Amino acid sequence: MLKDITIGQYFPGSSLIHRLDPRFKIIILFIYILMLFAGDSFICLGVGAVFTVFAILLSRIPMKMFLKSLKPLLPVLLLTALMNLFFVTSGDVIFKWKFIKITSEAVSISIFMFVRITLLIMGSSLLTYTTSPITLTDAIERLLSPLKKLKMPVHELAMMMSIALRFIPTLFEETEKIMSAQKARGAEIDSGSLTARAKNMVSILVPLFISSFRRADELATAMECRCYRGGEGRTRLRQLKSAPRDYIALTITLMFYICNLIVGKL
Amino acid sequence: MENIIEIKNLHFSYPAEEDDTPVEVLKGIDLEIRKGEFVAVLGHNGSGKSTLAKHINGILLPTSGTVTVGGISTADEEKIFDLRCRAGMVFQNPDNQIVSSVVEEDVAFALENLGVPYEEMRRRVDDALKDVNMYEYRHHSPAQLSGGQKQRIAIAGIIAMKPECIILDEPTAMLDPQGRKEVMSVIRRMNREHGITIVLITHYMDEAAQCDRVVVMDKGNVILDNTPREVFSHVEQVKAIGLDVPQVTELAWELKKAGYDMPQDIITEDECAEAVKRLFERE
Repeated sequence: MLKDITIGQYFPGSSLIHRLDPRFKIIILFIYILMLFAGDSFICLGVGAVFTVFAILLSRIPMKMFLKSLKPLLPVLLLTALMNLFFVTSGDVIFKWKFIKITSEAVSISIFMFVRITLLIMGSSLLTYTTSPITLTDAIERLLSPLKKLKMPVHELAMMMSIALRFIPTLFEETEKIMSAQKARGAEIDSGSLTARAKNMVSILVPLFISSFRRADELATAMECRCYRGGEGRTRLRQLKSAPRDYIALTITLMFYICNLIVGKL
Repeated sequence: MENIIEIKNLHFSYPAEEDDTPVEVLKGIDLEIRKGEFVAVLGHNGSGKSTLAKHINGILLPTSGTVTVGGISTADEEKIFDLRCRAGMVFQNPDNQIVSSVVEEDVAFALENLGVPYEEMRRRVDDALKDVNMYEYRHHSPAQLSGGQKQRIAIAGIIAMKPECIILDEPTAMLDPQGRKEVMSVIRRMNREHGITIVLITHYMDEAAQCDRVVVMDKGNVILDNTPREVFSHVEQVKAIGLDVPQVTELAWELKKAGYDMPQDIITEDECAEAVKRLFERE
């Protein structure tokens, strides 16, 4: 049951998008988000949509995975659309019933917001679908490394994140073991009222916490044994090298961005 | 042969908690381990064997007495990383010593910390992975590996530092028989082919029987220190402190007690089979 949970939803592959330097992918995503929020017209969104579809096709990940990624956020999407529909009051009234007034502008704005957020989610999903969490952590560490000069604990944060990623499967396995052990002792985890189930969760969480602390202690000792002393003077086995394709991808993105700006001005 | 590890009159107590008297875990240990030796440390739970292991690379510091590895005192704070490169340590639970979610990056962890340049790191990581026969798994996630494979990765992470000696604290205690066999064969090969000094803390007698030398600890003292053959011939003394002898040694001992003429220095299955065969022939 817990095995099905995957964090980051990475789909291994070797498409062009997979092979892009993760640092560039993050920067491209950033420009993409700016692009979506820069223009106010549907044509601007159209440019963004073309870019998204183009990138998704290149990633060779089936479109339905992207639609799936929208599912958990559908309530938020619908709420945003509905809010705009009912509360935008400018423009011609096209529908009126008691106190509800819907204007033509409200319709267009709510569709606009819906599409904009949909594109935003799909674009971000593309990053996590094509980049493994550990690579992503690494890229974030490197992109943020200038902040080290401002005494930001960039290395420490990245190390914490990568250790967390490393221990997710281990802790899931352990949770399952504890659950079985407690079930064998008569704990009702899957049945009973909500409060009863919440109470029973305590019997799983307490052993899990205790064992996590023990693991943390042992891991710290093992890291010390392997000469860990923080980020200073560390070299890396994982080399992030930018290739010509990364610069080309960045250029294409910038071209889309400029195109978007020009279309917005028309 | 010169000594690599020298432990002189080592006392250690864990710091006292409130209104508690400190518990003395190690009570004056003298131990010298020569370069290239393969030493097993045996002892019951609470005999201080793990505490002793943690002194060898400076994770714990003596309350009194000294521990030196290759001439460096573990109390010398300036040389602590130098010391830890010389004396690597492998722990019981493979899950709790693997840092990265990619096998090869975990093996590289120590080298990354030491600031080894990329080309050399790449070479040393690949060599270490080949040494433990895990090269083809270099891009896997540790979560996909068995216990024995994970423990071999942990050993590779230490080998990559090119240590002179490796201390293993019950490395096979959490493994299945297959995993134990794999790990033991890697450890033996490291000792024979690379001349790395091995200190193996274990409670499996058959593993101790494969070593050059067995040190038996009880209540913070070393009580026996000799070849496995010699140590296990003291069947009664070993049993008195709650340890076992290898099964074949016990069989020979029981036969002797029952009045049969069996040699008392049997530690391998072949020797035992041979002795039993001779016994049959004589009867």
